[in-house]
Amino acid sequence: MTVTRPLAGTLSVLDRPNSYIGKTVPRPNLDRLLQGRGQYVSDLELPRMAHVVFLRSPYAHAKIVAIDADVAKRMSGVIAIVTGRELEAVITPWVGVLSHLKGLKSAPQHAIAVDRACWQGEAVAAIVATSRAAAEDAMEHISADYEELEAITDMRTALDPATHVIHPSLGDNLAFERTLNAGDVDRALLGSEVVEADFVFGRHTGVTLEPRAVVADWNAAEARLTIYQGTQAPHMVQNIAALHLGLREAQVRVICKDVGGSFGIKVHIYADEMATYALSKLLRRPIKFVADRVESFNTDIHARDHRCRGRIGVRPDGTITVFEIDDLTGIGPYSMYPRTSAIEANQVVNLVGGPYVTPNYRARARVVFQNKNVMCQYRAVGHPIACSVTEGLVDLAAAKIGMDPVEIRRRNLIADDAYPCASPSGMKFEQLSHHASLAKLLQMMDYDALRAEQAALRARNVHRGIGIASFIEVTNPSAAFYGVGGAKISSQDGVAVRLDAQGSVICQTSITEQGQGSESSTAQIVGSVLGVSMDRVRVTLGDTDNTPYGGGTWASRGAGIGGEAALQAAKALRQNILDLAAAILQSTPAELDIVNNSIINAGDGAPRMELNELARIVYFRPDTLPPGIQPELMATRHFVPRQYPFAFTNGIQASWLEVDPETGLVTLLKHWVVEDCGTIINPQLVDEQIRGGVVQGLGAALFEKCVYDERGQLTNANMADYLVPMSGEMPDIDIGHVVSPTRESELGAKGAGEAGTAGAAAAVANAVNDALRPFGTIITEIPLTPQVILTALGRI
Amino acid sequence: MKAAAFAYARATSVVNALELLAAHGDKAKVLSGGQSLMPAMNLRLLSPDILVDIGGLAELRGIAVRGDVLVVGALTRHVDLLGSPEIALHAPLLRDAVAHVAHPAIRNRGTIGGSLAHADPASELPACVLALDATIVVRGPAGERRIAATEFFKGIYETALSPDELLVAVEVPVAGQGVAFFFQEYARRHGDYAIVGLAACAVVAAGSFSDLRLGFFAVGDRPVLAAAAGKLINASVTPALLAEATAALADELDPQEDQQATAAMRRHLAAVLLRRCAAALLARPELEKGATR
Ligand SMILES: Cc1cc2nc3c(=O)[nH]c(=O)nc-3n(C[C@H](O)[C@H](O)[C@H](O)COP(=O)(O)OP(=O)(O)OC[C@H]3O[C@@H](n4cnc5c(N)ncnc54)[C@H](O)[C@@H]3O)c2cc1C
Repeated sequence: MTVTRPLAGTLSVLDRPNSYIGKTVPRPNLDRLLQGRGQYVSDLELPRMAHVVFLRSPYAHAKIVAIDADVAKRMSGVIAIVTGRELEAVITPWVGVLSHLKGLKSAPQHAIAVDRACWQGEAVAAIVATSRAAAEDAMEHISADYEELEAITDMRTALDPATHVIHPSLGDNLAFERTLNAGDVDRALLGSEVVEADFVFGRHTGVTLEPRAVVADWNAAEARLTIYQGTQAPHMVQNIAALHLGLREAQVRVICKDVGGSFGIKVHIYADEMATYALSKLLRRPIKFVADRVESFNTDIHARDHRCRGRIGVRPDGTITVFEIDDLTGIGPYSMYPRTSAIEANQVVNLVGGPYVTPNYRARARVVFQNKNVMCQYRAVGHPIACSVTEGLVDLAAAKIGMDPVEIRRRNLIADDAYPCASPSGMKFEQLSHHASLAKLLQMMDYDALRAEQAALRARNVHRGIGIASFIEVTNPSAAFYGVGGAKISSQDGVAVRLDAQGSVICQTSITEQGQGSESSTAQIVGSVLGVSMDRVRVTLGDTDNTPYGGGTWASRGAGIGGEAALQAAKALRQNILDLAAAILQSTPAELDIVNNSIINAGDGAPRMELNELARIVYFRPDTLPPGIQPELMATRHFVPRQYPFAFTNGIQASWLEVDPETGLVTLLKHWVVEDCGTIINPQLVDEQIRGGVVQGLGAALFEKCVYDERGQLTNANMADYLVPMSGEMPDIDIGHVVSPTRESELGAKGAGEAGTAGAAAAVANAVNDALRPFGTIITEIPLTPQVILTALGRI
Repeated sequence: MKAAAFAYARATSVVNALELLAAHGDKAKVLSGGQSLMPAMNLRLLSPDILVDIGGLAELRGIAVRGDVLVVGALTRHVDLLGSPEIALHAPLLRDAVAHVAHPAIRNRGTIGGSLAHADPASELPACVLALDATIVVRGPAGERRIAATEFFKGIYETALSPDELLVAVEVPVAGQGVAFFFQEYARRHGDYAIVGLAACAVVAAGSFSDLRLGFFAVGDRPVLAAAAGKLINASVTPALLAEATAALADELDPQEDQQATAAMRRHLAAVLLRRCAAALLARPELEKGATR
């Protein structure tokens, strides 16, 4: 690990004896999950609980003429069959816009389609029955009469005047457009070599192991709705459910126990989940909805699906003079609620060229409606697009002037001592480490030896390639992300810690856990700061009744924001404990410390009193305390970054692979990542986040794509035809770190959850092009399927 | 994704299974390893009224050598083919092929009888039995039928089996002197159905083929025993002759287009496979390059 900038001063609150920070400690929830004692929503059974299945439109765009459910309603086990029109009485529609994304527009979306279905898979009726199987049986007996309408599927023609407008009230199919012009692009282009390419990104989706699942339980006696849901943002769900059901937030409780993966898929509000809340209220009983795999493919948000024209200007000495992009993306028929579907394109504009000093940057991004499933934020929102375009262009520029890809990066990456600084798109960088990361990467991969190996193999007709991709990552977002746009999505998080009567610690946090280890890192921080062993720290997450208010886990924010709140809360409790101990022991707080569950003398380490003894006195013999002392063995703190809108991180990845030019098959041989997420709380959790992220990026690079036909039918909505990356195809992934802590928090942690996904596809695409150099072929489309590669090579 | 309701009967003998099939006609489905049938039922692509589970019939299990024939019971699982010493000795092509079939969990249940009866044109084992010149043994109300593998596959998921018949065994001639095998397939991920694959069985003598059976799969509506192989038999295999054979192969195949590949790409990959097969079996790496630009 290379530490570029140690925290100032002497020992921080984290550098303590028995500190868990920077150590790989096993996740406290591991045994529970491995022993099958996890509690996922699909495990939940409540008295009188019914199951809902949705009849979904088989057409991408159709008028709903009639739904005849008479036969189905009489089938055994059926409780109710509800249409969009009927459900409208219980739940109001929504429009997915944010005010800071100027001009963004969308149409009202209903929990269940009313009159018209706008994508294949949109729910048109709900079948509620005593079991999922009974509901599916009944569904087969509903006859729905549709009038098929023209489906707008090709984003390239969505804005043509001749193209039908999906929502006539909006006037056109343009949801959002953003332009940016920094520096003087035209002048800079004059003295430069210019290279252009069209970058094409497949539509893909998150494929969580556990599908989306919700149990909604309206308790009429309490006038209260309890929602059990696998969500990344419980308080956001609470706010939205209340808003559209006409309730106060206090009438909605959201409980989120174990979640089997999220990747951004579970941070949105889905129509079928809203329908489930509404059905519970309508039918006054608990209703469970668990998406099956086909539904997941048709309704979990999709992402990417961009076509981006990119241009780069470069001088013979390697100076990159210009980045220019024209990005187009199709988001389905509605902007998703409440985070909107303009964020990814907006991010692309924000991030292109981000690692480099190039001041001249022109960008346009357009977001259009189409009759396909909705698109929205998925792990590393916008980053893979921006990174692939930027890094693809940098490699093209290097090839144009005959410079090594490493050398051109060395000459253009922002210097490590240039911070703080800002990008042409206005992104503020506190402290990044591009050059230290590059140096570390080259050393890890033994770049020169690899180049020599490549040359030797090429002589034997074996075609291997090296691809490099620098990236920046948005983490720890402030209110600048959603709050300023009017969304009730909190950017602050809170943590409450309390000492129980036996000296153990109970910690409630508003961040959530979907497998990334939030529970573990919170316990590590609290244990370290307090001086309590981790086995005495219990962390509660995911319950709007029982945690402080906060944003949850998304946008690589859990460790950086929730972690800092945990640190500050633990610090406050520690101070309270030391004050109290000083009073009991007739000492001063400064002379005491807490180490390993005991109060000790700070000076000589001599034990003074165990924490459980202190707790006993406080809770059971307060009469023995000196007069005037009111112990407070619970402390709560909140945190939100204020100085920087985002804590940017950076890193660099490299891919080593082989292409068989006869079959078009790519074999991944090795992948390297160097990444700088600031303070590392748990190295294993960070590394596994990065590996998992890389794997998702490799999926995008080679495998994953939602294939639609021209009528808007998703033709590969199953695990056999939609190819997720599997272990057999994955290379070893080596990870190194550079550490530049953020000074916005005492913890110094930035996010790491999306770094892997940000740059993996770019590294692979560059490596494939590097391997194919002898053939004079450049491919700027992912996934890089055999069909794509063989076509580019002219083999077929 | 829940199967529609169905009845279930566990057959106690082959005779009992045949009675059940006769009683229910095409409303019944044989359940073997369930690795193709159950997914189809859960997707409600198939809704049989009754499943006749033959899983308990020991008489359909096992691998035995009878004279110069290797008899493989219909219930022999993929995993058994992988581990069997008889298969390794007498029909290693099956072992090599089955390593490409799905993943361990599926190979632990899937059976050779199920795979052949299912007749997925992208499946490995149907192409192998063509290449091996195997015989499919079938029992029905009227007794036993023996069908040459070349006559068994009729189209996508279609075979010479009728609904009241049971596939009971496969008979494979044991590999003789000079017999060599080649198996390769192209798939984007390990364990996936192939984009194109080749199971080949050859007799090589003095540097040329005295026999060559090329079983291509995922190149049409059923596995194909390529006639183009004839061009390479008893001939001196030169790059030019090989090019002639690959051209003939391209003409002969009628591949379908799907999400993985166009028909043209399938023809191209079949040609690559043929070149690589010839190069490997004749131990002449230079043949592999073929007409590379
Ligand atoms: C994820 C996954 C990946 C797979 N990948 C591959 C692959 O790469 N290559 C491949 O070849 N296969 C693959 N398979 C299919 C697998 O090999 C199946 O095991 C095989 O196709 C069917 O065998 P089974 O014993 O499971 O048959 P079942 O599923 O039980 O039956 C299949 C069909 O055959 C009929 N049948 C079964 N046995 C008999 C019999 N004795 N007589 C008459 N009819 C019978 C059944 O009625 C049914 O119609 C995959 C399966 C899965 C789930």
